[in-house]
Amino acid sequence: MRVIVDHDLCVGAGQCVRAAPEVFEQSDLDGKSQVLQPVPDWKYQAAVREAAVRMCPARAISVVG
Amino acid sequence: MTEAQAVSAPTPEQPTPAPPTFPMPRACPFAPPAAYAELGEKGPLTPVVDVEGTAAWLTTRHDVARDLLAHPKASKNLLRPGFPALFPGAAALAGEIKGFLIWMDPPEHTLYRHMLAGEFTMRRVQAMRPQIEKIVDDGITRLLDGPRPVDLVHEFALPTASLLISELLGVPYSERDLFQHATGAILSHESTQEQRKTAFAQVRGLLSRVIAERTENLGDDLLSTLIRKYREADVFDHDHLVGMAVMLLGAGHETTANMIAVGTLGLLQHPEALAEFRADPSLSPRVVDELLRYFSIGDHVTCRVATEDIEVHGVHIPAGSGLIAPNAAANRDPEVFPNPDAFDIHRNSRSHLAFGFGIHQCLGQHLARLELEIVFTELFRRIPDLRLDSEVADLQFKDQALFYGLHRLPVTW
Repeated sequence: MRVIVDHDLCVGAGQCVRAAPEVFEQSDLDGKSQVLQPVPDWKYQAAVREAAVRMCPARAISVVG
Repeated sequence: MTEAQAVSAPTPEQPTPAPPTFPMPRACPFAPPAAYAELGEKGPLTPVVDVEGTAAWLTTRHDVARDLLAHPKASKNLLRPGFPALFPGAAALAGEIKGFLIWMDPPEHTLYRHMLAGEFTMRRVQAMRPQIEKIVDDGITRLLDGPRPVDLVHEFALPTASLLISELLGVPYSERDLFQHATGAILSHESTQEQRKTAFAQVRGLLSRVIAERTENLGDDLLSTLIRKYREADVFDHDHLVGMAVMLLGAGHETTANMIAVGTLGLLQHPEALAEFRADPSLSPRVVDELLRYFSIGDHVTCRVATEDIEVHGVHIPAGSGLIAPNAAANRDPEVFPNPDAFDIHRNSRSHLAFGFGIHQCLGQHLARLELEIVFTELFRRIPDLRLDSEVADLQFKDQALFYGLHRLPVTW
């Protein structure tokens, strides 16, 4: 699995950090999501999918594979 | 009427019933308006009218609500013709809401959203924990030292929420009577337009004074940070920032105070869940999300207007149509929340839409969640025998206001 955040879409709601704090963090500058683990550890993959598919209000997260 | 007539579709000879008016009242404080269930049976989107009689489309479904609220052609600008009026004459208050992030569209929205979002990240909010704990603790100590029974709304919920947002923004807490009263008047459907304008003028006046002072003498509060950021982006405009501050102050105390009150009631009404929560405070994030889902106090604010003709779940929606996605309906969608009317702290409530969806999803949600987690944990830890000092049937709910809540919540212990 590979995870990508579209920074043009991200609004800094921080849902991804709630869902998977090991994989995402927010910039203190503008709140935008930053990917800490572009290839998330298997144990976080379900949470990353939840963040991408269900939680992100701006639909800025894509998951490949 | 015979059964056959009751189930037959309207024929051309029968007059089509007039579409129902949004917003609809809640018959029971623990359930969304009963009309939502009926509307939900009519399809993914169904015609309604707003309080001024303007046609709009409403959905009760969680998936459709998400698609409407996140739609790139759905505007949040309430001055656009067709935007659902939540009270008569809402658009006439246009002058009062300059600078309000919640009513902006991109690209203006994008610029200000990102200036603020960095200040409300999960990390920043977690760093505020000691400050929040102190405010909550002091508030509970005042309750315990005071007389019983007590009205939890005015003696705890409002002071706690107001003190926190005052400290955060750098607004003197001594002005709380002014801003609590003004916010109440702005949000009440029972206010006249004159009362609303006066209330806006009062709270704008207060924040205008605070911002003028900070402009001369920057501190480390949020308003000073925003002055710096507006200047860096070369968009500093006193009146615009006053509007933003009015919005932050109002959103920061009124909604949280309402959730503290109805949430306390919700927990008292579900003693098994409360006992479990008290035994294991690490459940607090789940408890708070379930309370947010269950009460959906901002049910009316998840509205938009279509800026172009759009197609949503097979329904053609012409440009200029109002779009209404009441989150109390979406948050009881059985496809997402099985047995939705049950209060269940073990369900996964995280995808509720109580904070909205799309680019306008609540900016202060992490702060609101943490504040509520600390409040409920500490309130029931320090006052374990807290109980209602009223029949539920005698409680007065805010049925005539933009945000649902309680006017008073008499409690004792």
